[in-house]
Amino acid sequence: MTDSLQGAPGPYFGDFGGRFVPEALQAALDELTDAYDKARVDPVFHEELTRLAVEYSGRPSILTEVPRFAQHAGGARVILKREDLNHTGSHKINNVLGQALLTKRIGKTRVIAETGAGQHGVATATAAALMDLECVVYMGEEDTQRQALNVARMRLLGATVVTVKSGSRTLKDAINEAYRDWVTNVETTNYIFGTAAGPHPFPAMVRDFQRVIGVEAREQMLAIGGLPDAIVACVGGGSNAIGIFDAFLDDDVRLIGCEAAGDGIETGRHASAIIGGRPGVLHGSHSFLLQDEDGQTLTSHSISAGLDYPGVGPQHSWLATIGRAEYWPITDTEAMEAFRLLSETEGIIPAIESAHALAGVVKLGQEEGPSATILVNLSGRGDKDVETAARWFGLLPEGEG
Amino acid sequence: MSALTDCLRQARAEGRAALLAYLPVGFPSVEGSIEAMRTMVDAGADIVEVGIPYSDPVLDGPIIEHAGEAALKAGVRVSDAFVAVKAVSEVGAFPIVMTYYNPILQYGLDRFALDLAAAGGVGVITPDLTPDIGRDWRAAAARHGLDSIFLVAPSTTPERLHMTVEASTGFVYATSLMGVTGERSSVGNQAEKLVNRTREAGAEFVCIGLGVSSGTQASEIAQYADGVIVGSAFVRALAEAPNLEEGLKALRGKVSEIAEGARKRT
Repeated sequence: MTDSLQGAPGPYFGDFGGRFVPEALQAALDELTDAYDKARVDPVFHEELTRLAVEYSGRPSILTEVPRFAQHAGGARVILKREDLNHTGSHKINNVLGQALLTKRIGKTRVIAETGAGQHGVATATAAALMDLECVVYMGEEDTQRQALNVARMRLLGATVVTVKSGSRTLKDAINEAYRDWVTNVETTNYIFGTAAGPHPFPAMVRDFQRVIGVEAREQMLAIGGLPDAIVACVGGGSNAIGIFDAFLDDDVRLIGCEAAGDGIETGRHASAIIGGRPGVLHGSHSFLLQDEDGQTLTSHSISAGLDYPGVGPQHSWLATIGRAEYWPITDTEAMEAFRLLSETEGIIPAIESAHALAGVVKLGQEEGPSATILVNLSGRGDKDVETAARWFGLLPEGEG
Repeated sequence: MSALTDCLRQARAEGRAALLAYLPVGFPSVEGSIEAMRTMVDAGADIVEVGIPYSDPVLDGPIIEHAGEAALKAGVRVSDAFVAVKAVSEVGAFPIVMTYYNPILQYGLDRFALDLAAAGGVGVITPDLTPDIGRDWRAAAARHGLDSIFLVAPSTTPERLHMTVEASTGFVYATSLMGVTGERSSVGNQAEKLVNRTREAGAEFVCIGLGVSSGTQASEIAQYADGVIVGSAFVRALAEAPNLEEGLKALRGKVSEIAEGARKRT
């Protein structure tokens, strides 16, 4: 097991990762790394996190086989890992509860977070309410408009939502603004980062908190007949994907990450960092990135606010480079087709983010045929996306669309 | 020994703090920014920090952020910084570049150092690259005779302070407070404490930046630091003017005020 790929500790994953942040934040990141290193081997911490996972989030999440959906995926056996059934409606709560517990451990009283689709913001606001922490969430103006329901949810939970109007007004700029807050208020404030990207220790720590998805799924699959042939998950920053991949890294299982291809890679209007970008430094780590010749970050495009990010977590860049995982482009149209398909055939409305993974399953199933078993991470539910989908499919009454 | 240390030693001999004046290249235009940099030198800046606008400037407040956004929208390129550096060097001041790391990385570490040195640049400040992470960059800068200037903050631990002082050449950039660039009415006593800690860790030259916007502040800082670093106040002078001509006039006034303040060492 010396050459296991599981649980890589960082700060580097091959050439990727690191900690490219202002000196003012280094002490806070060291403190966080230190607190996490202690917590990860502390049975009391694990007990508390497990208790919250069971009694608050509703873990373990179930597996659901979807045969009517699978008919459209070449007749392969398709099984969903139901992270959409977690409290707050996505996998984000797994990570947030861990980081909120750490915040209490290091004695800070205020948390900040960035959010794209709003799922991480809602999860952070939830944990902050639960653990009596002041909470400020940064969200790009474009995202506050397309995810207005989640803005209201965060406010109901007592969080302050700050609308970010700089740059592309999406997730990338929300992260910039959160960094500025952190540099100013680091003494009282912990940054609860939402994805397995950013400076060390976030990529490894967020992966560890999300790893429960794959650990559960592996046991659950073995209990119903064996490991799947392939696992499919959507990748923005990549936390749900790395969360389900990690426990399977040493198995003979294909791992496929679906990046948001927006209008199509060839149009340049997409959010596929690995497929359409090249290595660079953004938001604290060295990883694949959409950028111009001068290293200026390019604006990403995706119908999915949660995937609309020009970077990707460093561990995915590493897995892509060494060939352990594959990354596929899924366009807006393909994702929305899969969104409709799962809703109509199985009565499950997925998050548009997760619909990118479902579109990957349709393609893979058609390639592999009925003998294949495919496990897909259904990372979130689609309640927040009803308006976007209704517009896309023209389901709103005339004059309101 | 470097051009920067000579400059700072000279200022010290004259009983004053040096003025390090920042402007982003390309704001309001490439030519306009170069004209503004020449104006700053004429009005008393010893060292000009040529800023390279960047899409994700996490250590900058709104004034510099918006100027950089405007410059990028107008099409400024990394290579324009070298044109500005050359112009500053030709009017007898010392040009250094302030840039986030990714533009250097994409240009190529060695090529960036080579082109900057060839243009007359003497050093580089990297706000999001610390010396422990930036070994490759430090080596490239050293190969081409450039100083690598790193930041310390009030939150910097004693171990990191020693490491940073050890690795910095030219001077150490002490940020006066916890926060992003921008004007503040006072830099408080954190700045002096940090300068003292940095000197105790072995730094010969320490300059103070972040939040400095008036001659009064500059004269306070001149009591204990080797240099005063000012950015947002100068950018604002340009940004708020109705045209470049008025902007240069306002800029000249602000630079003179702060240079005058930096001379009042009691």
